[in-house]
Amino acid sequence: MSMPFGYVSPEQVMKDRADYARKGIARGRAVLVMTYADGILFVAENPSSALHKVSEIYDRIGFAAVGKYNEFENLRQAGVRMADLRGYSYDRTDVTGRMLANTYAQILGTIFTTESKPYEVEMTVAEVGETAAGDQLYRLTYDGSVADEQGFVVMGGNADAIATRLTETHREGLELGEGLRAAVAAMTTAPDGGEQRTLTADALEVAVLDRTRPRRKFRRFTDAQTESLLA
Amino acid sequence: MDLLADGGKLPAAFFAAGSSSFADFLAGHRPDLLPGRRLDLQPGMTVEAPHGTTIVAVTHTQGVIVAGDRRATMGNVIAQRDIEKVFQADEYSCVGIAGTAGIAIELVRLFQVELEHYEKIEGTTLSLDGKANRLSMLIRNNLGMAMQGLAVVPLFAGYDHDATDLAKAGRIFSYDVTGGRYEEHSFHSVGSGSVFARGALKKLYRDDFDEADAALATIHALYDAADDDSATGGPDLTRRIYPVVASVTADGFRRLPDSEVETLTQRVVDERMTSPGGPNAPLRPAGNGGDNR
Repeated sequence: MSMPFGYVSPEQVMKDRADYARKGIARGRAVLVMTYADGILFVAENPSSALHKVSEIYDRIGFAAVGKYNEFENLRQAGVRMADLRGYSYDRTDVTGRMLANTYAQILGTIFTTESKPYEVEMTVAEVGETAAGDQLYRLTYDGSVADEQGFVVMGGNADAIATRLTETHREGLELGEGLRAAVAAMTTAPDGGEQRTLTADALEVAVLDRTRPRRKFRRFTDAQTESLLA
Repeated sequence: MDLLADGGKLPAAFFAAGSSSFADFLAGHRPDLLPGRRLDLQPGMTVEAPHGTTIVAVTHTQGVIVAGDRRATMGNVIAQRDIEKVFQADEYSCVGIAGTAGIAIELVRLFQVELEHYEKIEGTTLSLDGKANRLSMLIRNNLGMAMQGLAVVPLFAGYDHDATDLAKAGRIFSYDVTGGRYEEHSFHSVGSGSVFARGALKKLYRDDFDEADAALATIHALYDAADDDSATGGPDLTRRIYPVVASVTADGFRRLPDSEVETLTQRVVDERMTSPGGPNAPLRPAGNGGDNR
């Protein structure tokens, strides 16, 4: 039996979509999420101080993303609405990172298989625990895959090289300054033997989920604060 | 709460662009969760529910103090003697409530989420006037309940970073049941004992008050309210239940610790042992135009 004209196998369709999404994501600059002594540190290469790649979702939950801004911003806002709705109708302690990660995974999975184009995004939902053992990092990819990561997550352009470098320097219980310096050192790694780059505070977006803070753990650092931590 | 009822898709309300109001989101997506909506009262029907009583607010050169007594009443019965009626709204504002306690507390909870939601969606905080207007809207939505006796009358106060004169950055807003919003100057009070509290503040207030002066003035005002209004609770020394006193300054919101309020209250009570009516205002100020006692 001959194939109808224009037939494309499902395997090919999925592969094309995945390639399309991966290309879009790899074009962006890197975002790094890692654990440190007091919680979770977010570092993004982002010269804009208005359009964020890292943000607060709820008391203990933060969000980081790379890829197409309008797509992940859409998902971020939906996440804030989900979290606030759940916290308002139940209790603040009933909002969890796992719930958000699960919902995001299903949304992304549905979009990947049913929409004409997949979302070109990769995201991390991070939740800070009472102790370091309770810290959670969920990495979500364009097809709805979700992974529970240990230690750190690197997303976006040049992610593999940055992750390799960070494997050598990241350990549990890093102080904030140490962690940030390790993150920036890994992000400025020259891709494929090219020239080492420099990243200054104004090209970085830095935030933490700090378990020592009351109620809302998320805190964004100003350029000046970032600079003094890097020194 | 199954969010993903529709085959792995969130309802469209979650993706609505351009809206940063949580109350609007609830009204569209889950109107049943709005304060008071779950009560289906028939015309002419009344409900007996605990009422909160007196809230006072006093501005000072560093910001504003809001304080409330601890009593809730239901008819002639004291429904609760340690209720809290002053809440943090966000980092730089707070709200005190008089009226039907159940609805008021839920309304405050919605207001708190409303401010935080805006902050997270927009990445910036609302102006103090913007916050005051949002509260207006929430109260207006409760008008139906208010017509049936379940009114909520809040007092909103905060620190305005945009003020041209930072010594006047502490601002107070009062509301009527229809959501009408009125800015008050220097001091204000709401609730059943407010007439007496305002009378006291009129004699005590001075515009060079610092934080400690303003806190002491609120304790005096609440004492006077409790003195003449049976629904306002005075300081309960035997049970060590004292007013809730909250301060908002450039450093943010702070609830005065019980030990601090205990000291202030003890001082007021000691003074009243010799002078039950409280501090005397001079009848003829000696040529001091700035002294408005």
